[in-house]
Amino acid sequence: MKIGRVVGRVVSTIQAPVFAGRRLLMCELLDAGGEPLDDPRAYTIAVDSVGAGAGEVVLILDEGNSARQIVGLAAAPIRAMVVGVVDRVDHGYA
Amino acid sequence: MQLAVVIGTVVATVKSEGLAGVRFLIVQPLDRHQAPVGRPVVAADAVAMAGPGELVYIVGSREAAQAMPEPFVPVDHAIVGIVDAVSLYGAAGSESAGAGAAGHGPDAAAGAG
Repeated sequence: MKIGRVVGRVVSTIQAPVFAGRRLLMCELLDAGGEPLDDPRAYTIAVDSVGAGAGEVVLILDEGNSARQIVGLAAAPIRAMVVGVVDRVDHGYA
Repeated sequence: MQLAVVIGTVVATVKSEGLAGVRFLIVQPLDRHQAPVGRPVVAADAVAMAGPGELVYIVGSREAAQAMPEPFVPVDHAIVGIVDAVSLYGAAGSESAGAGAAGHGPDAAAGAG
């Protein structure tokens, strides 16, 4: 799983059926300390499953089997999913 | 899932079993500001409606094949949606920028093709 921040939304009408009625969030990826990687390539488009909002730090799942379990479909072209809103990250234990 | 723009078409008559009728498009992956990043890849068009110059989102690896009507096919990238708009939240939380922000569209692609 990855830590990211919701930086935008992707709107789509013509799409694979699994995405119908689901929000697609543009998420930038953060490093372990919660800082942006400052690289426009470090992002993913993830399906929202928790109601995450603009600017929130989120937990991103990037694995298909788990994502399909959440949507309850055995076969669906879905991989990245926002599965949590991060309250706090404690980082740097020696 | 990543953003990409359709930059070409691949026509193949002889294909692996299960891929009959599947359209293959060449897509250029984009970063989140819609600037090209990395090399173009060939992606199966799972929505069957993507056209030249369109902004799409793609899924890779095992999930790509699951987008196809027959899910056990040798496909490693698939177009799973056509993007209407990308709205990036500004510093104040407002939304800005549309799908055409970086100049992608039928006209832009014609110039790049």
